[in-house]
Amino acid sequence: MSIQLLFDALALGGIYAIAALGIALIFGVMKLVNFAHGQFIACAVFALIIPSTDAVAVMGLGRLPALILIPAVLAVGALLALAAEALVFRPLRNASPVALMVGSFALGVALQNLLLVLYGGRPKAVSLWADLGAPIALGPAQVPLLQLIVIVAVGAILLALALMLKHTRIGLEMRAAAEDFGMARLLGVRANRVISGAFALSGALAAVVALVLVAQTGVADVRMGGQIMLVAFIATVVGGMGSLAGAVAAGLALGAASALLQAGLPPEARPFRDAFLYALVIFVLLFRPQGLFASAGAKPRV
Amino acid sequence: MITQHQIRRRMAATTPLLLSLLILAFVVAAVTLGDRATARMASETLIRVTLVVGFWIFAGNSGVISFGHAAFACVGAYVSAWTTLNPMMKGTLLPGLPAALAELHWPVLPAAITGGLVAAALALVSGAAILRLSGIAASIASFAFLAMINTIWANWTPVTGGTSSVVGLARYITPWVALGWAVSAIVIASVYAASASGLALRATREDEVAAAASGIDQYRHRLLAYTVSAFFCGVGGALMGHFIGVINPDGFYLDLTFLMLAMLVVGGIGSLSGAVVGVLAVSLAVEALVRLEKGITLGATTFALPPGSQEILIAIAMILVLVFRPTGLMAGREIMLPARWVVGRGTSQDRPETDRR
Repeated sequence: MSIQLLFDALALGGIYAIAALGIALIFGVMKLVNFAHGQFIACAVFALIIPSTDAVAVMGLGRLPALILIPAVLAVGALLALAAEALVFRPLRNASPVALMVGSFALGVALQNLLLVLYGGRPKAVSLWADLGAPIALGPAQVPLLQLIVIVAVGAILLALALMLKHTRIGLEMRAAAEDFGMARLLGVRANRVISGAFALSGALAAVVALVLVAQTGVADVRMGGQIMLVAFIATVVGGMGSLAGAVAAGLALGAASALLQAGLPPEARPFRDAFLYALVIFVLLFRPQGLFASAGAKPRV
Repeated sequence: MITQHQIRRRMAATTPLLLSLLILAFVVAAVTLGDRATARMASETLIRVTLVVGFWIFAGNSGVISFGHAAFACVGAYVSAWTTLNPMMKGTLLPGLPAALAELHWPVLPAAITGGLVAAALALVSGAAILRLSGIAASIASFAFLAMINTIWANWTPVTGGTSSVVGLARYITPWVALGWAVSAIVIASVYAASASGLALRATREDEVAAAASGIDQYRHRLLAYTVSAFFCGVGGALMGHFIGVINPDGFYLDLTFLMLAMLVVGGIGSLSGAVVGVLAVSLAVEALVRLEKGITLGATTFALPPGSQEILIAIAMILVLVFRPTGLMAGREIMLPARWVVGRGTSQDRPETDRR
């Protein structure tokens, strides 16, 4: 029971952390709260199947072997984010954070309805790597193979990102831009390169979330990114806006809280799990309004 | 001798009057020139005026975008349904309602007001937590609040009917009822905007630090505006419910949030006139697009937009406004009478500059 709970918490928290990182990366470099992130996830899911409004999904990209499929979906996510940056957010570069946020919300609505037009509104069954659902025994617990893969993959991604941010030039530039964008530009950081890099990474992370979601649920739904995006937002706020490590930690914590609530709540209260989670978060913020790991750059300067 | 300040106050007082006349003209035109469908469109537009003006009281004055106002509309609509529905119907549709609530069979006006008051009370409680956060974080928390209310309403089936709709709400909304509420929202909004609290709140919108240094308690004024604002969103939600006759939690979720936000952005968030003009402009555009989606016949060929393109086009329009005219159609100006009209005859005064707020 307890080991199973631990794996549930880690897998869910890992997904939340990846999604939160996708949002925090973009917030860091251009103070944009990306309300279109959920639709990036949904678009990456639908990239697997051939556009049609029929009830039965015909796999397009999804038929490829995993070794080609995964990079291809990551590329779709990254390209979509790059296109969004070039078409919507570059013209808004100098706008206020509020205008950016509203713009991204509009972009999200446009993408969602584009999916509706292309694919129809009904959720579709998609079987991607169905045999990964098989449980394997791990001591006393039965853990689905997929959960193990998710945990390992999330760990690897976080490690790779941490190395990239610490040891490569673009990583250094991103951290500098998140600290103080104006100063970074004065010191020779190219704004377009850093922002495009952040968007591409964020889109690829959205595609990772998309793949895990499809493999877990076996469904493609236009609205499927929304709930994860919301939890990821909350994670960025709880973690302290602009802190990447904070976003990851808060994402993991939210996943753990969510798994605990799922296990601990009486069955009739379970449908309200997310409501409890959001209430818990608002409660936490009452005591630490600046988040748990507030970065120095998040405070307005006089 | 009349001072500049008095002239400005008088000019500002003409804004609600002119806006009310504008929507009155809109209703009269729709009712006399159009058919029943046009009259329905007019009612719907005026309900949106109530909602968006309510939304503006908070978002416009504080500069903080709230994604949670659709939740207040949801609460208002359900409170009105709980209090007005026939007790027999409530017994079968909503078996879990507390007995005291299940027996009520109120007239519609007190029900709408109660809907607004309950929404305002909810705003006071939730705002006390959410509004402690800084601008962007508060927006995200308000989004979490919206999702929380939606989750509760969609799953609390015995009391809210869950995702299946509550039907049979009295359809009493005529363009005139909607006009009455829209005008009261406009009047209260302009009274609040001209009040000491409204001025203080706009000061925090322009410069948070300077306002705090001048002794303004940002949190208190935000909370007051949030509460007043939720009242009109609650009433607007009740009106929406009684306009369609059927309510459902998803009718008060992201689509409504998007529509309210689009209207405010297109009209211009900086002024009350912007909110009203935005509702009229976007509503007319939506109406035109809905007719195009149904298809128009040109000679032998029928031209129709695919369903869903309405939202896409509105969203694109919203992005274009943000890029090319970030202050919206009204650019933060109010519609008001010129200075020489509000100054008595014989007093010559230089005209003050246009009030940009």
